[in-house]
Amino acid sequence: MTTVPAVPNVTPKGDAILQARGIVKRFGHVEALRGADFDAYAGEVTALIGDNGAGKSTLVKILSGVYAATSGQMTVDGKPVSFASPSDAHAIGIETVYQDLSVCPDLSPSANMFMGREALRPGLLGRLGFLDNPTMRRESAVAFQKLKVALKDMDAPIASLSGGQRQSVAICRAAMWAKRVVFMDEPTAALGVVQTARTLDLIRRIRDTGVAVVLISHNMRDVIQVADTVEVLRLGRRIASMRNTGITVPDLVGAMTGALDAVAEPGEQGVAA
Amino acid sequence: MSQDATAPPVAAGDLVGLQNPQGLGRKLKVAMSSSPFYMGVILALLVAFFSFLHPATFASAYNVRNIFLDASVLLILAVGTTYIMIAGGFDLSIGSVLVFSGVVAAQVMLELGTDSLLTVAVGFVVAVACGAAWGVFNGFCITKLRVSALISTLGTMGAALGAAYLVTDGNDIRTVPNALITLGHGSIGGVPWLVVITAVVSVIGGIVLHMTQFGRHTFLVGSNPEGSRRAGINVSGHLLKLYALSGLLAGFAAMLSLGRFSTTTLEGHANDPLEAITAVVLGGTALTGGRGTIIGTVVGVFIPAVLANGFIIMGIQPFWQMVVIGFVVIAAVYADQIKRQKSERM
Repeated sequence: MTTVPAVPNVTPKGDAILQARGIVKRFGHVEALRGADFDAYAGEVTALIGDNGAGKSTLVKILSGVYAATSGQMTVDGKPVSFASPSDAHAIGIETVYQDLSVCPDLSPSANMFMGREALRPGLLGRLGFLDNPTMRRESAVAFQKLKVALKDMDAPIASLSGGQRQSVAICRAAMWAKRVVFMDEPTAALGVVQTARTLDLIRRIRDTGVAVVLISHNMRDVIQVADTVEVLRLGRRIASMRNTGITVPDLVGAMTGALDAVAEPGEQGVAA
Repeated sequence: MSQDATAPPVAAGDLVGLQNPQGLGRKLKVAMSSSPFYMGVILALLVAFFSFLHPATFASAYNVRNIFLDASVLLILAVGTTYIMIAGGFDLSIGSVLVFSGVVAAQVMLELGTDSLLTVAVGFVVAVACGAAWGVFNGFCITKLRVSALISTLGTMGAALGAAYLVTDGNDIRTVPNALITLGHGSIGGVPWLVVITAVVSVIGGIVLHMTQFGRHTFLVGSNPEGSRRAGINVSGHLLKLYALSGLLAGFAAMLSLGRFSTTTLEGHANDPLEAITAVVLGGTALTGGRGTIIGTVVGVFIPAVLANGFIIMGIQPFWQMVVIGFVVIAAVYADQIKRQKSERM
């Protein structure tokens, strides 16, 4: 489908839950994506890496419904899909943890968990728009419990929580609603060592619930720690897709920057050293 | 909102989420650390102070009635302003929209030539429709043309007042149906109708704000507009509704004002938007959006009202009220910032 040769060391577990082929995105004369492919598998962490300008964030925005692709196909569970908005992606179980977290600092954790998807009271009151706060609070608590997140305070505005706890709220929100895929945009970029380890644990726990986790990261050590598959973008194309078995940071950097091109055509031999 | 009355206990003792199950004590503690509470205490102290010094005059039924009447029209405007400011917006046009709506309604009732409850009802419909129309126009400028709320509503503030002058050739309309005047001066069980109506509007405003999805979206939009958009909330549509609501309430207040003063008071509402904003801020609503309560706004309306009334009774020039309130607003916002810095981590 593209010029990229099949990558030999990919051994996916069955079919990809989310698959993109030949995605092109132009902004005026700038071609941010030039026929990019992407695969994510249920119950796996797929890392999406690439140098600045490789098209990572554009690709994620297309896959999560923020942008529409200029051309190309997307399938979810083998069925073709197209998203006009993030809500379309939400509707089929694709959620995103944004780098800025996209939370409301003035509201409680449960208000944030149900942001835009508030639970309403049954019956007439519900039809009048009355909120079902006890249910939202209870279901939020269950969602936090499921991912072993202990919040300092379930009722205070989340501005009073630490940065790490605020991020946990954003991640748990995505996990609670995602039936298929969770995108995470640079979740560890602003975190210290301890909190990073916690966030990586959280990513593993979400993966273990059976959804596909897509991790966009600049931190190669995080990627190697947590990813099952690494997809590498360069200049708007996927240039490698590797199983995370024995790959090293230099391998990833080499694939990202093209430094390995002189040695081997990327993907031909893989980059597993 | 009784959150816990029906909620089954969630895994008590578990590490998750509920290290501090909210009991009555905790709820009380949270409520007592809120701005409406502080300001409520200040209001209570003011009332106690004036009542102690001048029990016969300040605390008389007549005077209390007057304070409530003075506060009622402003409180209706302030309820709308509370919604607007929680959503992170501004509406400077409400005073002019009130005048415009009052003028048009008075003119329509005049031309009907009748004097019955039906005439008054028609007046209400006209006033509310005029107010809502200006509100929708504000919302359109802000959300579709993307002109800032401050500028949009500054523009309609001038335009609506100018239009009101055009309708009346610059003279107040002083012919108001007796049925409306009766409403403006009558009372039920000793409580003036205006106060009853204002109380009903405030209670409904509070219920919708704090207990419904519409209210929740108001907070979400004010706290993080971009995040709300990503979460599937129609942010522009919601803001449009809020500006329409603010205008609608100004139109509604116009009829109450007509009933009370029997004139369109062309010159009387220039300060309304600033007084409403002052009240809302005194009540603990954040200028940056995302936080606020209707009960806080009620307290915020009554502090200046009580102060002005108390000063007059004490023989102090009432202008002092403006001086004092000016500094109190600054102090209140400063105190709130300090409190928030202590409780928030960034």
